[in-house]
Amino acid sequence: MIRFQNITKIYPPRTIALDDVSFEVKPKEFVCLVGKSGAGKTTLLKLLLAEERPTSGRIFFENQDIQKVKLGYLPELRRKIGAVFQDYKLLPSKTAYENIAYVMEVIGASDLEIDRDMTEVLDIVGLTKKAHNFPAQLSGGEKQRVAIARALIHRPEVILADEPTGNLDPYHTLDIIRLLLKINEFGTTIILATHNKEIINSLGKRAITLNEGKVIRDEKVGRFIL
Amino acid sequence: MIAANIFIMVLAISVITALFLFKDISQFLISSLEEKVDVSVYFKYESSEEDVLKVKEEIGKIPEVKEVKYVSKEEALKKFTEKHQDNPVLMESLAEVGVNPFLASLGIKAFQAHQYEAVVSFLERPHFNYLIEKIDYYERKPVIERIYGLTSSFNRAGIVFSIILALVAILVAFNTVRLSIYNWREEIKIQRLVGASNWFIRGPFLVQGAICGFFAALICLLLFALLTWGIDSKAELLFPGLGLFAFFVSNFWLILLIQLLSGIGLGVISSLIAVKKYLKV
Repeated sequence: MIRFQNITKIYPPRTIALDDVSFEVKPKEFVCLVGKSGAGKTTLLKLLLAEERPTSGRIFFENQDIQKVKLGYLPELRRKIGAVFQDYKLLPSKTAYENIAYVMEVIGASDLEIDRDMTEVLDIVGLTKKAHNFPAQLSGGEKQRVAIARALIHRPEVILADEPTGNLDPYHTLDIIRLLLKINEFGTTIILATHNKEIINSLGKRAITLNEGKVIRDEKVGRFIL
Repeated sequence: MIAANIFIMVLAISVITALFLFKDISQFLISSLEEKVDVSVYFKYESSEEDVLKVKEEIGKIPEVKEVKYVSKEEALKKFTEKHQDNPVLMESLAEVGVNPFLASLGIKAFQAHQYEAVVSFLERPHFNYLIEKIDYYERKPVIERIYGLTSSFNRAGIVFSIILALVAILVAFNTVRLSIYNWREEIKIQRLVGASNWFIRGPFLVQGAICGFFAALICLLLFALLTWGIDSKAELLFPGLGLFAFFVSNFWLILLIQLLSGIGLGVISSLIAVKKYLKV
């Protein structure tokens, strides 16, 4: 489904973020990207979203070369991917509700559908009471939960989660991981980037370990070893 | 930020409207100057009224001629006595002459100052020679030419000035819109990343630009209504017959159209160009 083929990304002048990275993610798979800060996890996700272009190598999404997708067609590709960004990337001028509903509006959902799904999703992430707060009025954990809700509400084929539990307390962390597992069971591919040792060890899912831009380990049942 | 946008747009639309008014006022001034110019042809004392009227008819056929007015000997005398009846010296000398010393004449007006040359050369043809005593064109030529030069350079300067001003106004308005959209660059990027299409992102900015332009146009309309009404009587003193407010009222719909088009056009086009830059994610 997703294939990284000899991907190298160099930020000028000579910061090597990714160095000849190749791996494949199959449909419905749950993959963890493990590594220290600066290992290249976020860069990898940015390349998949076509937010940035690789210096060399190719990335395929459903057999489509992402670099060859024209700017005008990128939205279609991105609608198939739900992303939880490390820095949340919420729209500051919209409330939590509007931020999440925006993705539904983008895909052309009706008001009725939006209302129905929003009630459900807000309940799942536990933000029903804060739905009409603006991002600036939310805590880090709450913002992160808004970002998670936004990534999954339109039922994308893939969810990219970049440290989705970085700002959550253990209680909410467990909830979110359970949620991701559940979504995965329903058939959504999940790519989870994290440096949380407990999550990786307890999940028992495939883990790709990155170090200084290189894949150093790719195990079926991953453990956190650095 | 929206208030600033509207304010700058009011300025830009005002300049454009002012140019429209300026064009018409300058046209009025030029034509009222040209109105004052004419050429008189004096006929020999012995030429008959019939001959003069024949010449009048022929002159009337020249396309450059706007108006020909016949002044008979009697009328010329009457005008002179009316004008100078309080001047005993002149009246006495007139009485002493005994006969009407005035010549019949044709007052010719052309559409434009530079056309007099053609009219005069028509009158100088040999078969009019026996009828015409003198043409006062050569006495007036320097004045006519100066007016001609003045009006054409006034017009040219007006056009250049208007183009420069309009450009400056448009650039300033565009830059203000661009600055306000610059503040939205991060949001635009996020919208792109969550899969919004370009038109979905542009839409609200275009609508906002159009609304700003619409309100700016309305404010401008009100401003110009008040302005033309306020200075109407003073302008009338300087240039009788100008009728600034009357001009505004009679061109109300055209002015409204110009203001709405320039306001909404500026808002929408500026937004379109400004947003485009941030859609390349």
